Amino acid sequence: MTGTSPAVVAASKLGLTFQTNDGPVQALSNVDLTIGKGEFVSFIGPSGCGKTTLLRVIADLEKPTSGTISVNGMTAEQAREKRAYGYVFQAAALFPWRTIERNVGLPLEIMGLSKAEQVDRIKRTLDLVNLRGFEKKYPWQLSGGMQQRASIARALAFDADLLLMDEPFGALDEIVRDHLNEQLLELWGRTNKTICFVTHSIPEAVYLSTRIVVMSPRPGRVSDIIESTLPKQRPLDIRETPEFLAIAARVRDGLRAGHSYDD
Amino acid sequence: MNWLKPSWQAALALVLCLIAVALGPIGAPKVDPLAQPAGTLIYPYVATNWLIFGVLLLAALISMARIPSIVEAVVLFIGAHLVAWLLIGGIAGFEGLARAPFFLLLAAAWLLGWRCVAVLSSSRPFAKWARTALRLIIPAIFGAWILIIWEAVTRGAGIPFILLPPPSAIGARIAGSLPVLGADVRQTIFKAVIFGYVVGSGAGFITAVLADRVPFLRRGLLPIGNMVSALPIIGVAPIMVMWFGFDWQSKAAVVIIMTFFPMLVNTVAGLAASGHMERDLMRTYASGYWQTLLKLRLPAAAPFIFNALKINSTLALIGAIVAEFFGTPVVGMGFRISTEVGRMNIDMVWAEIAVAALAGSVFYGVVALVERAVTFWHPSVRGG
Repeated sequence: MTGTSPAVVAASKLGLTFQTNDGPVQALSNVDLTIGKGEFVSFIGPSGCGKTTLLRVIADLEKPTSGTISVNGMTAEQAREKRAYGYVFQAAALFPWRTIERNVGLPLEIMGLSKAEQVDRIKRTLDLVNLRGFEKKYPWQLSGGMQQRASIARALAFDADLLLMDEPFGALDEIVRDHLNEQLLELWGRTNKTICFVTHSIPEAVYLSTRIVVMSPRPGRVSDIIESTLPKQRPLDIRETPEFLAIAARVRDGLRAGHSYDD
Repeated sequence: MNWLKPSWQAALALVLCLIAVALGPIGAPKVDPLAQPAGTLIYPYVATNWLIFGVLLLAALISMARIPSIVEAVVLFIGAHLVAWLLIGGIAGFEGLARAPFFLLLAAAWLLGWRCVAVLSSSRPFAKWARTALRLIIPAIFGAWILIIWEAVTRGAGIPFILLPPPSAIGARIAGSLPVLGADVRQTIFKAVIFGYVVGSGAGFITAVLADRVPFLRRGLLPIGNMVSALPIIGVAPIMVMWFGFDWQSKAAVVIIMTFFPMLVNTVAGLAASGHMERDLMRTYASGYWQTLLKLRLPAAAPFIFNALKINSTLALIGAIVAEFFGTPVVGMGFRISTEVGRMNIDMVWAEIAVAALAGSVFYGVVALVERAVTFWHPSVRGG
């Protein structure tokens, strides 16, 4: 599908083994994956399947023990040092002593941007996630959904082309989650960023993605990769169409296949 | 019966009051040394006897009527304190001659004061100024009653001055020796305590950051710092006097030793307090050690650091005063306490204790206020 555009993320024979007190645990094994520019790739699987670990390897928060990974044509470490990606964690992880605007400005401060540039970018990204008017609030004065939107704004603020999201909406209720999913799609359509998105919700994965990577545990590996045939414009009620349900069924089958030897 | 609103404090006060009436005079008579002919007896509470009973009964009865709680509080306040004032005023010249009714009446007045505080604590005014006033008035009444009971019991029962002087005598001593107390405060607090506190806490903080940065310090220094904290101050103080001389420098050295460790331990713990996710976040920004320290780890450690500053504010005062027991120039709070005890000037000792308590509270309060301003974001400050 993305044969013409250069790979943003390319992993080959990637493996990662954690040394724990109970002996080695193979978190990732033999992962081959190429993600092209502008793709929206979801990683789905049961807990322990290594989807978060894979995202952390791409972000250079973990080092692989075998295989190779490149991000934007560099090693993952070089990419991190060049601030090639924005990372959104499971929780908002906003600093409670900073206002929302200063939280969003945190990466800009670290990069040493000029004050005027910071103000400009903070304003632009807060507009992007519909948080205008909350600049001077502290994180603990905002709802969970707004906090997570602020953390997305913080990941967008320095305009990296790659966005890594680790179950960003996992802790939110379904209504807020639907709303944020819609906003995320709209944002992706407008900015043409590449997004890697970890989730354990099948509807969320199918609704958002151009490609769904199904993973299975022990050892963590890729068991299926499903191309989405849905159009780029996706209203929320696309989730009732037969096409959507067919993809969801395939994902469910893939998850079940990965599990079958377990039972 | 709906005009009645009984409270057990007022009811018990009434009972005590009636028992006091039954038991007879409040105090024993004594021989008037000036009267002619010699041997004439004079009696305490001649003029105020029935006024005391009247005020007490009236306040207790009115407080049990169904009246607005603010009126009840005012009636109780006036009643309790007027009785206490009359009792303490009347005992002048008759110290040690109080009989059982004196103490019963004191207890009854105290019960009314208790009821007054209870009424005030349960009232929830809407106006902000009223809430602020209540926050100050309630502990003030509470504290006043500690002094009232102390004063009345020491004078009524005639407790020897050496054992426990009444607060009025301590107050008079403070007012009469302000220059001496001022010089002592300057020597002990403004020189030894402040200097030792700043240097000790600062050194603890810097050492903690270094230990965090340099692994061999963390492994080697922290256990030894632990040992330093276990050094008995009584043993160290004379050695510091030998090293640094009699003046305030040796006391500052003791304060430094005492304040160093709490700051070191708390800062080390605080630097580890930031979450994994936040630290990973800083890593994704390729943030360097010092940037992560300044923007994430030190702010996250602030509640711990202020804890140490608060602990140190009282430790520093104790350290400096105790250290002065081991040799000083002829000024300083610890010096004054140790010498005035020897000269049986117990009121001066209490005066120094009162000044030390006041200074310690102010010191602590200032640190706590700064803490509220700096760690406004912490759940313990913003409340939930």
